[in-house]
Amino acid sequence: MHDVIKETKEQIDWAKIRGDFPILNQEVHGHPLVYLDNAATSQKPKCVIDALVHYYEYDNSNVHRGIHELSNRATGAFEAARERAAKYINAKSSREIVFTRGTTEGINLVAQAWGTKHLKAGDKILLTEMEHHSNIVPWQLLAERVGAQLVYIPVTGDEGALDLSKIDQLLTRDVKIFAFTHISNTMGTINPIVELCARARELGVTTLVDAAQSAGHCPLDVQAIGCDFLAFSGHKMCGPTGIGVLYGREEKLDETPPYQGGGEMISSVKYFETKWNVIPHKFEAGTPDISGAIALHTAMDYIDGIGRENIFAHDQALASYAYKRLVELGHVRMFGPPLGGTPEQPHSERGGLVSFLLPEVHAHDVVTMADQYGVALRGGHHCTQPLMRKLGIQSTARGSFYFYNTKEEVDRMVDVLAKIHEFFSRGL
Amino acid sequence: MDFEELYQQVILDHSRRPRNFGELPDADVNIEADNPMCGDEIALHLKFGADDKIEGVTFTGSGCSICVASASMMTQKLKKKSREESSALMHTFHDMLTAEQETEPPAVLGDLALLKGVRKFPLRVKCATLAWHALEQALQTKQGAAASDPGI
Repeated sequence: MHDVIKETKEQIDWAKIRGDFPILNQEVHGHPLVYLDNAATSQKPKCVIDALVHYYEYDNSNVHRGIHELSNRATGAFEAARERAAKYINAKSSREIVFTRGTTEGINLVAQAWGTKHLKAGDKILLTEMEHHSNIVPWQLLAERVGAQLVYIPVTGDEGALDLSKIDQLLTRDVKIFAFTHISNTMGTINPIVELCARARELGVTTLVDAAQSAGHCPLDVQAIGCDFLAFSGHKMCGPTGIGVLYGREEKLDETPPYQGGGEMISSVKYFETKWNVIPHKFEAGTPDISGAIALHTAMDYIDGIGRENIFAHDQALASYAYKRLVELGHVRMFGPPLGGTPEQPHSERGGLVSFLLPEVHAHDVVTMADQYGVALRGGHHCTQPLMRKLGIQSTARGSFYFYNTKEEVDRMVDVLAKIHEFFSRGL
Repeated sequence: MDFEELYQQVILDHSRRPRNFGELPDADVNIEADNPMCGDEIALHLKFGADDKIEGVTFTGSGCSICVASASMMTQKLKKKSREESSALMHTFHDMLTAEQETEPPAVLGDLALLKGVRKFPLRVKCATLAWHALEQALQTKQGAAASDPGI
């Protein structure tokens, strides 16, 4: 693992970075906390917590509607956060950045507002079998509303790859929207989003990328990706809960009707008609999560201060190390891309997580026992029930890593899992 | 540690070799219950006799060790019980896991008392009560009505 980290351009003091996270310095059930549920939500560095506090102690005011000094400051900081988000994903303009509550709301916005206008009976919605419920259910609601049909790109099996041999059959001109995840929260699969978007573009199919698992973990350039929409959440990338970003290519946002009605999203209101505000404000009805956006700005600065290439290499090294050690335990059923195993590529491309099942032990039992040793894992269907059914399982246990996690923590996880395995094997 | 109490040998044995596990071809009531948190699914199959007492009871589905052990032990307790007796047992079991005051489990629970350790794991109470939620619904079906409910 250390070899991989040395490959990154700068030497990074990961231990010092870990010190930025007050929450990590505690004991759980008498053991030092090992937090490995980062795919669910990340922890927050002190600077992000401070940004929230500072806003409420000094600048709190409503945005875009006050003339006074505080409103001026709040509006400035809120719009600066929008500029920062645009830069973070290399959008052409901050007009393409809509603040949402998170990835889920971003996808719902596109499905409800854009989808209801642009889809009709018989049209197809193309998804993949590895999608999170939040990238399935909004499309089911849309399909029901307009009479469209859902189609899925299959997943090959435990190794969690998309079966792209089917893509020509499935990605056709009657598909109106193709929505897919960048990195699978259940398998760690990294999908070839640039290629998928290029194929869709050739056919005039609109694309949406679910970047919930990637936004805080690797560089994102929406212009290079070539997507029409891209959604992510602040809380999985060191930001607070309740704030997220929907990117929409300007032309796409222009052709999208409003999502919710209210203040902020209008330019003039009469009793029987209303003129909409310009994008992106057209999609931000009501007082937004101002403090959340401002703290997300801080989180983006913080992440880019470390460098997303460095974060990606770090997470991937931990995931590969964990994968290798779990395989060595024996009889562990592993999900997601297998290890590469060549000197040139010792780690296959995978997100920073391991998803697995111990023999004869239910994931819930694994997680309960691991928690007793202070190791926070996730066990369950990870909001991908259809994928679980397809694989013939109900749940997996998952350890998901971030840049503040260490190799020693991976060792703690594996040692605890070995104990759990031993415990449940007694009397078998 | 607390989990030694949670995962006692009898509980592990029931989870590995669940009793009364399988379909019940002449069931009067088939009820499914699922735990959306983890995806566990248990279906309970009940046959009532002419006296409206439980004549046959089995379960199918899968879940964690706590969920399966609880379902297995529950089915062992239900045979020949009236609806009222079954309902009373359900409340007694539920109280053991959730009542504010921890008390010695009543003798009527038998081996089910071994699940008392779940109290210390509030997030797992749902696992232990999943089959009982199915039972609760099953008991609400009208006498003589062959109901089949899609579940919660």
